[in-house]
Amino acid sequence: MKHFLLAAALILSAPAVMACETVTIGDLTIEHAWSKATIGAGRPGVFYVEITNGGSVDDALIGIATPAAGMPMLHETVVQDGIASMPHAMSIPVPAGQNVQLSPGGYHGMLMGLTTALKEGDSFPVTLSFEKAGEVTVNVDVLSLRAEGPDCADAGQ
Amino acid sequence: MRLRSLQMILWIAATAAVVAFSAMRWWPATDDSAAAASAFSPAFALADSEGSIRTTAEFRGKFLLVFFGFTSCPDVCPTTLAEVAQVMDDLGSDAGSVQPIFISIDPERDMRLGLADYTKAFHPAILGLAGSEAETQSAAASFKIFYEREADTSSPDGYTMAHSPGLYLIGPDGAWLRQFTYGTPAADILSDLQARF
Repeated sequence: MKHFLLAAALILSAPAVMACETVTIGDLTIEHAWSKATIGAGRPGVFYVEITNGGSVDDALIGIATPAAGMPMLHETVVQDGIASMPHAMSIPVPAGQNVQLSPGGYHGMLMGLTTALKEGDSFPVTLSFEKAGEVTVNVDVLSLRAEGPDCADAGQ
Repeated sequence: MRLRSLQMILWIAATAAVVAFSAMRWWPATDDSAAAASAFSPAFALADSEGSIRTTAEFRGKFLLVFFGFTSCPDVCPTTLAEVAQVMDDLGSDAGSVQPIFISIDPERDMRLGLADYTKAFHPAILGLAGSEAETQSAAASFKIFYEREADTSSPDGYTMAHSPGLYLIGPDGAWLRQFTYGTPAADILSDLQARF
């Protein structure tokens, strides 16, 4: 029975969840890249990620590119005086020694002009451009419409 | 010994005074806010995805969870609708007492993109409504909420919508009960509803 449980646990944890991959470039660590399933391709998709700057120099995320969407852009959800709006973010600061999250209700990538609907279980690459560190590509997991984030053992959130 | 008794009597009197004072402070305040809350009953008359006009009157007897949004909204709207879907699942056998409603503030585009497909992807119980511009404005005004179309070249079709992102609870008698601010966890919405059944 013990062996069976151990085997079951291993099998359940076996599918490699790419959102839990960690990619580094220079002093930046990029992890927990995820997106949500879309209903059709006519509405924009979303892109969330977590960036940690372990260095001593401030950096900034200045753009994203992906073959999954013709017009990916950085936006920020701002709730001010009870009104939510979503201005375009020219750049997202990644200060030295800090952790920055693109997450629901805050900064996010908006993927407009999707080439195809995003389905749960799919994954696609997104290239992040940083002001100083340069470009790095991460694999993005498409989670369910109702997901609140990837379920990583090390997520610590 | 007599001093001890006197002290005790004084303490009891002081405690009683504090309780009486608190009660006087609290009860009128509670009555006022209850009266203020029931002072308005939001109303809408909007088409569903089949084109039938749905009005607030037909939902008397149920709690309404109303959200104003637009389907091209990638961040705020899916987050709130996912919470509503979770609440509906967690309500179990009480789910029939609650009608979740999504009112489009971007009706022309949402009808073109498909409103029912969108709401059903979150939860089959969510009713999507999209009226004319005038009907939508009238519904928003009755809920005392704000929305506005904003030109934005970095958004699909060159515009986006700014809007009040709250979730509004209407009672079985049609009266406004409360707002759940954006980001209220599903568990908090659920426990608020369960306390009202």
